Amino acid sequence: MTSAVMTSTRPVLRASGLCKTFGSGAAVVRAVDGVDLDVATGETVAIMGPSGCGKSTLLHLLGGLERPSAGAIDLAGDPVNGISERALAHLRRTAVGFVFQGFYLMDELTAIENVELPGLLAGRSPRAARARARELLEQVGLADRTGFLPSALSGGQRQRVAIARALINRPMIVLADEPTGNLDSTATVEVLRLFESLHESGQTLVIVTHDQRVAATADRLISMRDGVFVDEMRMTGGSRGNLGKLIGLEGE
Amino acid sequence: MKGQVVLVSRLAARDLRRRPVEALMVLLVIAAAATTLTVALALSGVTNQPYQQTRLATAGPDVIAVEGGVGGPGPAQPVSSAQLAATASLTTAPGVTAHSGPYPTVYSVIRLRGHTVDVVAEGRDRAPASVDQPKVTQGGWIRPGAVVIERGFADALGVHVGDNVRLGGRSFRVAGIAVTAAVPPYPSSLCHIICPFPVPTRTLGRGGGVPNMGLVWLTRSAVAGLAGSGNIAYLLNLKLANPAQAPAFVAQHPGTFTWQSIQSAINALIGIEQVALAFGGWLIGLLALAGLGVLVGRRMTEQSKRVGLLKAVGATPMTVAGVLLFEHIALALAAAAVGLVAGSLIAPLLTGTGAGLVGTPGAPSISVSTVIIIAVIALAVATVSSVVPAIRAARTSTVSALADAPRVPPRRPMLTAVSARLPVPLLLALRQLSRRPRRALLNAISIAVTVTGLVAILASHAHIPIANLTISNLKVDRFNELTVIITVMLVILAAVNTTFIARATAADGRFSSALERALGATAGQVTAGLSMAALLPALPGAIIGIPLGIEVYHLLASGTPLTVPPAWQLAGVFLATLLAVTVLTAIPSRLGARRPPARILQTE
Repeated sequence: MTSAVMTSTRPVLRASGLCKTFGSGAAVVRAVDGVDLDVATGETVAIMGPSGCGKSTLLHLLGGLERPSAGAIDLAGDPVNGISERALAHLRRTAVGFVFQGFYLMDELTAIENVELPGLLAGRSPRAARARARELLEQVGLADRTGFLPSALSGGQRQRVAIARALINRPMIVLADEPTGNLDSTATVEVLRLFESLHESGQTLVIVTHDQRVAATADRLISMRDGVFVDEMRMTGGSRGNLGKLIGLEGE
Repeated sequence: MKGQVVLVSRLAARDLRRRPVEALMVLLVIAAAATTLTVALALSGVTNQPYQQTRLATAGPDVIAVEGGVGGPGPAQPVSSAQLAATASLTTAPGVTAHSGPYPTVYSVIRLRGHTVDVVAEGRDRAPASVDQPKVTQGGWIRPGAVVIERGFADALGVHVGDNVRLGGRSFRVAGIAVTAAVPPYPSSLCHIICPFPVPTRTLGRGGGVPNMGLVWLTRSAVAGLAGSGNIAYLLNLKLANPAQAPAFVAQHPGTFTWQSIQSAINALIGIEQVALAFGGWLIGLLALAGLGVLVGRRMTEQSKRVGLLKAVGATPMTVAGVLLFEHIALALAAAAVGLVAGSLIAPLLTGTGAGLVGTPGAPSISVSTVIIIAVIALAVATVSSVVPAIRAARTSTVSALADAPRVPPRRPMLTAVSARLPVPLLLALRQLSRRPRRALLNAISIAVTVTGLVAILASHAHIPIANLTISNLKVDRFNELTVIITVMLVILAAVNTTFIARATAADGRFSSALERALGATAGQVTAGLSMAALLPALPGAIIGIPLGIEVYHLLASGTPLTVPPAWQLAGVFLATLLAVTVLTAIPSRLGARRPPARILQTE
């Protein structure tokens, strides 16, 4: 790994021969078709591809939101295949954090209530969950917005709340599905900076995106088409420290 | 205008075909209420016809004079010859055109197959009487050593012509079975109008009510033989020139009663059923309204995008509202028709006046007014439950409807804070409830109405002195049949409502449940949360329903002391209700939580 400061060669996530089909007979769709993937601890991997190529489905498989039709997934050395629905839920709440394109915040809950929810689901005490949520909102620059409802926040702020929510249970890996897909340029920069700081702190990230600028922040870029990986590229040095210049929003 | 109507009807028909199960549910809910109301309306006044036929067939008296002292518990008081002469003088009173009697009548007991039943034995002549000649429907008329039994009583006893019965310790052969219009048929009796016998305390109903007594006819000498153990009373049957003047005649002559009071006593048999049906009809109507409210609200939520599409292609708000109203009005009319047919089939089962009268009780006729009332009520229920969603649909902006943007649920900070301290299923349940408070209210009302009905029925059963019955009691049997029907309908409708609510809750909470699962909640926790979201409002509903049911029965059965069913029955209703809600909600909740969360999140 080129970004050796933060990453190690030990894979935190390993997928091999991963397949996911929908439908049957002549109408069968192979959304993911024999994908192999290793993600090292602290690594940021970007997966790019056209709409419908199966990248979101892959992300759902990696995070245990869908069960694969074939293949195997190991998380921190433990197999995920065939485990019970309860164990899968436990895995989602402790080892994985999700960031969605549509934010998926509860409209009736404030920012801090949204962030603390997975903590409560994981069995944290209300006080501990609230303290951790407050800490994360400070970390994402929303300390003054904790009591705001999602409807009172901008798109970028909502996505930052969603990222804080993904981090509350200190997951091994954060899976982000088009995290900037619904954002304007300014909000995109806000979110990218956040991902950059997460990367620097050693957080493992897998980001599915259409956006070249987002992909440019990764250690590794994988191209996907028709359910298979067609190209893989290591990004020398990544974007760390040069994000603004890289995406053309700051001068040299 | 015509084009608009055609368009609205086509859109409504397509939508109904697209969602046949929901359409069927709406139909079922309204039909259940319409059936109950039809039966209640059809029962009204149906008993007059058979009594009139019996009066004609038996030359029924217009006025009956009774001489026998005061009824109730106490020592026998023989009738003096002066008293008897005074009664006999009524035969010459102005307006009297014919008479029969006075006939000696005595209180006795009949023993058959180990049962002892109170009976009034009337001594008659073998020759036919010009007034009140009982019409023999089986066998023959009285003869020495033989008895003729009133048909309602014979039916209840299960005796037939040729059987032997022991009457006042003597054996009699059953010569025939007959009907009369001079005394209300079993289980009513002469004592329900005027009781000339000192009735032994053991036969009084619980709370001192009048006992059920059968009627038999014997020869005068046989009655005189039975009179050893009690005093004789005398019945004199009078025919008036104008039967309508009977009440005025009775007002002038104490110790007499009218043919109208006999008719009222017969109608009382069905009166209790009418009260029960009217009450059941109201409860079922309320349940129907609650169920429709949930169904229609859910349909509107699902149709948000369709509303947007209709508006985008030029439909006016009126058209959008019209489609929804048209759908439910069509369903309501169909349901009213189903209810009318079902009601007209059920009503005769309840209105049979028994064997005590001749002629058919007259199939409870479904009159034009009944049809109009049922149709209007069904339409009103459909309109009331549709009008708010229809207006909301019409007012929704086209863009937001097309985007199918979910309505932002109300924020409940206190509930959110409290739920954070609870176990995960309760946390999810309370937050689910806070999103749909009105649905929770409808759920609570639905359960409260059901429990009210069930507890009122239990109270009515606790009040009827079943313990005193020694043989089949027509009145109680009928009431039992009726309450079973109402109970079944209440339970079915409540079960349907609970299932609607659970389905709607699971469907509306699909996205939030999927998100909660994506964030780490297990499918079991989500299922339990959805079930508890239905169970929590049911709890206060069931608690409120218990005192409400006791009070409602107290109000309906005016004049009776407050009747509280046994504690084990109340506890049974309470626990069974909660258990039923849990089971009924667990299935749709579990089904809702089975789909992978990713697919739900992607499609929302």
